Amino acid sequence: MDTDQLIRTIAADNAYRGRPVGLALMLALLAAAPISLLMFFTELGVRPDVMTAMGNPFFCLKFAVTLALAISAAAVSLYLSRPESSLSSFGWWLLVPAGILAAGISGEMMMPQRVPMMVRLVGQNSRVCMSAIPAMAMPLLAAALYGLRQGAPARPAVAGAIAGMMSAGLAATLYASHCTDDSPLFVATWYTIATTLVAAIGAFAGARVLRY
Amino acid sequence: MREREDEWTGLMRSAISGDGAAYHRLLKAVTPVLRAVARRGLARAGQPVDQSEDIVQDILLAVHLKRHTWDTNAPFAPWLFAIARNKVIDALRRRGKRIFVNIDDFAETLPGEVAEPTASASEVATQLQTLPARQRDVLQSIAVDSVSIRDTAAKLSMSEGAVRVALHRGLANLTAKLRDR
Repeated sequence: MDTDQLIRTIAADNAYRGRPVGLALMLALLAAAPISLLMFFTELGVRPDVMTAMGNPFFCLKFAVTLALAISAAAVSLYLSRPESSLSSFGWWLLVPAGILAAGISGEMMMPQRVPMMVRLVGQNSRVCMSAIPAMAMPLLAAALYGLRQGAPARPAVAGAIAGMMSAGLAATLYASHCTDDSPLFVATWYTIATTLVAAIGAFAGARVLRY
Repeated sequence: MREREDEWTGLMRSAISGDGAAYHRLLKAVTPVLRAVARRGLARAGQPVDQSEDIVQDILLAVHLKRHTWDTNAPFAPWLFAIARNKVIDALRRRGKRIFVNIDDFAETLPGEVAEPTASASEVATQLQTLPARQRDVLQSIAVDSVSIRDTAAKLSMSEGAVRVALHRGLANLTAKLRDR
């Protein structure tokens, strides 16, 4: 088939309308969310003292951080799904959750504490945190990559890593309602490790499945 | 230059709102430019330029299957060249691992920047043979025999809708096979 013939064939398919990447991503995430929710409610569940915990600003801060991560990474994912975009223009959005967390840490530092800093950082649930967040993120990551295949990212590995951050942010939002460690130091340490792990898996998978 | 790119943007907008003839004209208009881009990319990497036509066809297929990622309010050319660049890099990565010759210095003097493509069997033609029979028949009917969708439907005793589906699936499959080869 020479190029003129290929052009004729492509032009004949002008009626084709691809699904917008944002819609594809949203539908895929909605399809996968029940799996992660099921994992959460069967294995973890909301912490029993959640009503009291809601009065604690550091408990609420966890959700601000994880949701900011999920939302900013989702926005950057969508932006990166266009062939001409690069991380340099919108990548700073990903600093928003880090900024909220940093503010939380300095806030906590200024308050009198009964528990020493290292104890707050190590916490009691680090192991659960590092396994539960990646586990609940996996169905979301798989779905996100599936949806993002509608896109055309210039750097598939980077796009995959950001999709991993978004999935980890969503999974961490669930996890945060289970975990009794509310110190921003705990969040900055263990949530970050869990997110990095999911982002690495996303980069690895993205490099393969997001090429177009 | 500027005018040409504005024209492309206009044609692509018409194509997306359903004007197949505008789409055909656009693809025809960008092809020589894409050919020059592919040749330059190959020459810079010290690769023979005779395979540039495969890259051009890769780019055209990607443009088609990813055109919903173009923002209709933005100019078309930057989007097009981003895809072209990606496909040139892909092609070099695929074959360039063994070759380290740098001919940057005389790349500019290489002949044939505007020459017509050689008529060798393209990768697309090769992969076309591996498609399911229905898709291959439809693609061949439209491409080689230049028969319209309606006539193809009559010829293959299919409905027009089924021809459209087979046509699109065929193009998508072709692209997937070229990507994963």
